[in-house]
Amino acid sequence: MKIIVCIKQVPDTHEVKLDPVTGTLIREGVPSIMNPDDKAGLEAALRIKDSLGAEVTVITMGPLQADVMLREAMAMGADRAILISDRAFGGADTWATSLTLASGIRRLSYDLIITGRQAIDGDTAQVGPQIAEHLGIPNVSYAESLQVEDGHVIVKRQYEDRYQLVKAKMPCLITALSELNKPRYMTPGGIFAAYREKEVQLWTVDDVEVDREQIGLKGSPTRVLESFPKSIKPEGTKIIPDTEEEAAQYILDRLKEKFVF
Amino acid sequence: MDFTLSKEHEMARLLFREFAINEVKPLAAEIDENERFPVETVEKMRQTGMMGIPVPREFGGQGCDTMTYILAVEELSRVCGTTGVILSAHTSLAIDPLMQYGTPEQKEKFLRPLATGEKLGAFGLTEPNAGTDAAGQQTRAELDGDTYILNGSKIFITNGKEADIYIIFAMTDKSKGTRGISAFIVEKGTPGFTFGTKEKKMGIRGSSTYELIFTDCRIPAANMLGREGRGFGVAMGTLDGGRIGIGAQALGLAAGALDTTIAYVKERKQFGRPIAKFQNTQFQLADMATRVEAARLLVYKAAHLKDAGKKYSMEAAMAKLFASETAMEVTTKAVQLHGGYGYTREYDVERMMRDAKITEIYEGTSEVQRMVISANIL
Repeated sequence: MKIIVCIKQVPDTHEVKLDPVTGTLIREGVPSIMNPDDKAGLEAALRIKDSLGAEVTVITMGPLQADVMLREAMAMGADRAILISDRAFGGADTWATSLTLASGIRRLSYDLIITGRQAIDGDTAQVGPQIAEHLGIPNVSYAESLQVEDGHVIVKRQYEDRYQLVKAKMPCLITALSELNKPRYMTPGGIFAAYREKEVQLWTVDDVEVDREQIGLKGSPTRVLESFPKSIKPEGTKIIPDTEEEAAQYILDRLKEKFVF
Repeated sequence: MDFTLSKEHEMARLLFREFAINEVKPLAAEIDENERFPVETVEKMRQTGMMGIPVPREFGGQGCDTMTYILAVEELSRVCGTTGVILSAHTSLAIDPLMQYGTPEQKEKFLRPLATGEKLGAFGLTEPNAGTDAAGQQTRAELDGDTYILNGSKIFITNGKEADIYIIFAMTDKSKGTRGISAFIVEKGTPGFTFGTKEKKMGIRGSSTYELIFTDCRIPAANMLGREGRGFGVAMGTLDGGRIGIGAQALGLAAGALDTTIAYVKERKQFGRPIAKFQNTQFQLADMATRVEAARLLVYKAAHLKDAGKKYSMEAAMAKLFASETAMEVTTKAVQLHGGYGYTREYDVERMMRDAKITEIYEGTSEVQRMVISANIL
C-alpha cells in the first residue's frame, strides 16, 4: 500500500505576532514547526505502516528551508520525502498550491492521500479537498479516526455535535484533525538515517506538469484585503433578578438602550 | 575549527528538549518529593529509542554517537536531574563497558536488551571501604568449576533495585592488588543476589540508590567481562566515559537553573521594577551564563574526542570537574536570585541546587578529577 502525506512548515503560532501596522505575520525569529494537523496525518499513515505495512511518502510545497521538516518526517518513520520548491511557486494561494501539489502527486502512485485539516498560519482548510478535486478522487474531511479495511478506508468524520462514519473506496483523500492521535516522537537513529542515508527529492517547476499561468502569485485569484488580530470580547454581566417581571424589565431596558426597540 | 553542531545533532537536541518538556518536567517535583523512580518515563524513553543511543544498530541500538547521547542527558537534566542520571548510569556505566569489553556472545545476550531498553543497566564498584580508593575492593569472586562464587556488597548503586543487568567488580586474586580485580555481568534474580537499604538522599531523589548484597552468588564464568585481573582497567575506562555523562548532567542542571532564573528576574519586581533591571542581577546572570557556556564547550569537546576515537581521559575529567562545580555555583546563585521563594519547594531551583551537589561527588569526586588531570600534565 502506498500513502502520500501532504505536510506544511508553519510558524509556531504560539509565538507569532501580527505587525500592527501592516497586518502581516512577523515571522522573524519565530520557530518553524510541522503543522499540527499534518503531523497527526503523518502519524495516522505511520500507524497504518506499522500494522499493515505501507510505503509513506511526505510531500510539501515551500521554500528550501522546509527540508528540515521533511527530515523530521523521515526521522519519525516516513520512507521518502519530496520538496516542490521554486521561486515560480511563491505567493501561491490555496488554488495555486493545491494545483501544484496535485501535479506533483500525479507523478507518484498512491492508494491513500492524507492531508491535515488546515494549517495554523492560514486556517483555510481548502488545500486538502482541492487536491482531491484536481485529482478526481473522493475526499473525506475532518477525520478523527481512520481504519483501512479491504481496499477501503473507514473514517469517523467529526461535526460539532455529531459524527459520521464514512466508508470510502481507495484511492481517496482524507483530511486529518490533530485529535486523530498523539504523534510519535522522532528517534535519534531515525534522525541520523534521515540525514545520512535518506534524501529529500527536490522538484522545481520543470519537474511538475502544471500550467504556468496557474501557479504562484500570478495564478492566485485570492486577495487578502486585511489581516487583524481577533478583538477580545469583554466578559458579559450576570444579573440575578428576584422576579420574572424584573428580569423582563431589565432585558427590555437594555434593548431600548441599544436602540433595538 | 567549527563550534556548530551538525544538523543531525541539532535535530536530536530538539527531540530531547521536546521530550524533556512534555514528558519529564511535569514529573520532576513529584518524583523528588516522593523519592519515586519514574518507571513511566523510562518506558517512554525506551519507545523513543533513547536507551541505546550510541549503540550500533546491529545490537539493537540507534547507531548514533556519544555526542547525541550527551545532548540527551543535558536536555533531560535541564528539567530533571534524576532522569538525567538514570540515562547516564544506564548508558555510560552498563552499555559502554559491554560495547568496549564484551565478547560477541555477551553483546548479543546483554548489550542488545539494554540498547533496546527492554532492560535497565547499573554498575557496582563502590563499597563501604572502597570509594575513591577503588582498588580496596573487598567483594570476592572465587572460581568453582565453570562458575564464580561472589561474596560481598556494593553501596550507593544508581538504578540499584530497578536495573536488570549489573556490571560488578570483585577480587579474583587478593594478592595481586588492582591486578587481582575482575569485572562480571550479573543478572537480577541470580540466587544469592539481594538488595540492602535504599539511600535517602539530598538530591536526585527519584533515582533508585541501593546497596547490593552478594552471598554465595554463583555467576557463570562466561559472564566475566574482559580478562581475569583486568577489571580495574574496565572500571577506570568505563568511568572516563561516565564522567562525560555526569558532566552533561551537571551542564543540564546549570543550564536549567539559568533558564528558570532568567524568566524569574523578568517577572519579579522590587522597588517598582523587575529585578532584571538591577546591575547586580545582570552581572550575576552574566557570570552564570559564561560558566554554563564554558562547561558546555568542555563537555562537548570530551564527547567529540571520544567519538573521534582519540584519548579523552583528561578532557573528560576537566569537563566533569568544571561542569559539576559550575552546576553547584550556578544553582546556588539561582536560589539567591530567587530570594526566599528560591528556598522553597514551590520553585524548581531549590531542587536543582540539591541535585547539583552529587555531581561533584559521584563517578569520581572533584578531588579525583584533579588527581586525573594533574597526573596527565605532570
